[in-house]
Amino acid sequence: MTAGETKHPGLNLGSTDAQAHEAAGSALFGFWAFLMSDAVIFALLFATYGVMLPATAGGPTPASEYKIGPTFLETLVLLTSSLTYGLASIAMKHGAAQASIQTWLGLTLALGLLFLGLELHDFAGMIAHGATPMRSGFLSAFFALVPLHGLHVLAGSLWIVVMMAQLRIIGLDARVKINLLRLGLFWHFLDIIWIAIFSTVYLPGLIP
Amino acid sequence: MSAPLLPALLGRFRWDALPFVRAWENPNANELIAAGAGALVVAGALFMVVLITRLGRWRWLWTEWLTSLDHKKIGIMYIVIALVMLARALIEANLMRLQQAVAIGNPGLVAPEHFAELFSTHGSIMIFFMAMPFLTGLINYLVPLQIGARDVAYPLLNAIGLWLTAAGAGLMMAPLVIGRFSTGGWSGYPPFTEIGFNPGVGPDYWIWAITLGSIASTLAGINIAVTIYKMRCPGMTLMRMPLFAWTSLCTAILMIFAMPPLTVATALLALDRYLDFHFFTNALGGNMMHYANLFWMFGHPEVYIVILPAFGIYSEVVSTFSSKELYGYNSLVIATMAIAVLSFTVWLHHFFTMGQSPSLNAVFGIATMAIGVPTGVKIYNWIWTMFRGEVRFTTPMCYALAFMMTFVLGGLTGIILAFPPLDYIVHNTLFLVAHFHNMLISGTLYGLLAAYTFWFPKAFGFRLDERWGKISCACWVIGFYLAFMPLYVLGAAGMARRTPAVMETAYRPWLYAAEVGALVLFCGFVALLVQLWVSLRNRAATRVFAGDPWDGRALEWSIAAPPPEYNFARLPQVDQRHWFFDAKRKGAPYAPPARYEDIQMPKNSAVAPIIGIASTAAGFALVWHMWWLAILGVLAVVATVITRSFARDTHRLIPASAVERMERTWLDAVARARPIPREMETTPANAGLAEVHP
Repeated sequence: MTAGETKHPGLNLGSTDAQAHEAAGSALFGFWAFLMSDAVIFALLFATYGVMLPATAGGPTPASEYKIGPTFLETLVLLTSSLTYGLASIAMKHGAAQASIQTWLGLTLALGLLFLGLELHDFAGMIAHGATPMRSGFLSAFFALVPLHGLHVLAGSLWIVVMMAQLRIIGLDARVKINLLRLGLFWHFLDIIWIAIFSTVYLPGLIP
Repeated sequence: MSAPLLPALLGRFRWDALPFVRAWENPNANELIAAGAGALVVAGALFMVVLITRLGRWRWLWTEWLTSLDHKKIGIMYIVIALVMLARALIEANLMRLQQAVAIGNPGLVAPEHFAELFSTHGSIMIFFMAMPFLTGLINYLVPLQIGARDVAYPLLNAIGLWLTAAGAGLMMAPLVIGRFSTGGWSGYPPFTEIGFNPGVGPDYWIWAITLGSIASTLAGINIAVTIYKMRCPGMTLMRMPLFAWTSLCTAILMIFAMPPLTVATALLALDRYLDFHFFTNALGGNMMHYANLFWMFGHPEVYIVILPAFGIYSEVVSTFSSKELYGYNSLVIATMAIAVLSFTVWLHHFFTMGQSPSLNAVFGIATMAIGVPTGVKIYNWIWTMFRGEVRFTTPMCYALAFMMTFVLGGLTGIILAFPPLDYIVHNTLFLVAHFHNMLISGTLYGLLAAYTFWFPKAFGFRLDERWGKISCACWVIGFYLAFMPLYVLGAAGMARRTPAVMETAYRPWLYAAEVGALVLFCGFVALLVQLWVSLRNRAATRVFAGDPWDGRALEWSIAAPPPEYNFARLPQVDQRHWFFDAKRKGAPYAPPARYEDIQMPKNSAVAPIIGIASTAAGFALVWHMWWLAILGVLAVVATVITRSFARDTHRLIPASAVERMERTWLDAVARARPIPREMETTPANAGLAEVHP
């Protein structure tokens, strides 16, 4: 397992850019380690949610608050944004024109922002009829877990803006490539977290 | 109570937040002690500013240290923070012992609230801002040298970790001068620390100091793990790494997985306090037990985060000063890994008495006893390493021996606590306090001090004074036994921990003995300072520029002391575990490379200090509800990170000619040095070249 024998698994730059590919090895490994530690944070918030689920303190319950329509739409939007990010990665790997990378990144950003808008709309609806995080332990746990994912999407969107600017100003140098690979990991990670939210928070919550 | 001053600008600051104002209004012993401590901090800071200005060293400090990305300098700065914080927490320990010794049947010197602040800061500092920075500093300094790397994987991230630690330490020091600290102990249990019971700034100081520290440790963990996985020199397989590198790897993995629970616990507590959430409140569905679980999911692995590196240190020290190969390297590696894994399975033993079923307690009790097995394996490994070795009783070795005796004793009392029925009798008494000090002073502090003495000549190029080292070691050992053995007795007799005043006069002799012990421990620290002073004055006679004063085994001893910025002029190619040790026996350990090459190193960067200062400001502003400054601080951090991501000119080259010049100077010194047999290693004759018997 010494240097040179192991490479970053997943979409790397391989023969298209051997030098960046080499550097990507340790750069991306560290990002995986960061994601693992971030995953622990989400895991604990899922556990918190599970513990607090019965603690509704006579207030709103999951069944009264969650709506399948908007959350399903949000799921579709976010999963599609992962697809568009994947297409941006492939465009970068195979040396496509900058314009096409920018287009796919822009599309991902738009979908990310759309997701955030839909989610904020959901939250606003909940808060409007009294389901605020101050109301009960259950709602506190909900508003710690789901908006933290939203905050990650916001950070990811900001990151996409920065990368689009760097592509324009600096071009596709090794560091931009590596950061796009990192951002890709981050973006897909958020998808996985969302799938967990959708299937352990929203879906069971809809069963009265 | 004075009125808030300019609330829009200064939040909830009032004049009586200043201990000096409180002492002026109400000059009793309690307030005067608080004001005195505050004055000491202010005077210390002013003294440093004046001293640096007088010496004209600001530019030097900024370019050589504060903005440096050199892992060795960052490591040293971590250790400086740790030593400053150690001094403070040790003074607090003495004050607590003094209070309990005089407050027998009377209120004593400090008020109960003040006493609670003392044990809260003492614990928080010793864990988060003494043990953690000290060991992170050692790992930072040593691991790249031991695995034959020129740097860590992420030099800038490394500096950011250092500065976030400094920011947290700053927030620990601030309440001495502005406001008060938490009274909720180092674990900060709600609902006591909730806004309903504790509306002041104290718990907020605790939350933000700890949060900054835990984020810094997560970053450090990622950096260390990636460095060890990805940066080892050719031939350095995992099973060829020195044991300290192994324990560093396990500690790094624990940091990655165990710090997030702490971040979550403090963040949820902050949500409760700032935004009226109900995670741990008494009403509206809050669940305090959930905090206990989150906190100890961090808290127990944390014990091994601070102890495993010390195990690595003892392995290096015992093997070196016995002139023998470490006995049972493989079993030590396996035991280290076993401890790292098991450390996640025992957290519930921190609250056996909090209402879960006896069968659950039994499971965790058995897991707790199981973790003693790999630790026992290690003790035998070190004993067998010494067996028939050429043992020298140098200062680090004395620490190692004191550790083995003391740690086993603490382990035995740990087994007592691991039995839930026995734990019911002694929980929350001084017995527990005695137990964990028994583990952490011998298991961590002795290890850190052994490492400090052992590797000091590597880092600074001259040896520390042996005589003062031994005096210090004797103080730490005798002081420990005097201070903590009485606490076992008191705890078994039922004296509760964290008691500000004592009603039972029969406790008196034991409390007096413990007070003397605390004084002796403080003398240990003073002796360390004297040792440093004496060694600095005599440094001309104790230089070890050749780099190998102890006939070392690992790669860090194969280069100059202090090492050049680039560590290795040519990356070593190792073919076995004791490559350097063996090369010395075969005769050519210092062969110069065929030709020197340019070496690329990271440029200095102001990013980390900016992030550190901005996070200090943000944390401080959150404590005092100065919202404008909090927002500004967070935005400054984000803006700095984004701006840095555009930087491309981040490296500089050390030309081959400069490398050659430095290496030749060193190789000439090696050629001139007289090889020293082991019996002369603490004499001035030792210039850092070991005499070897093939």
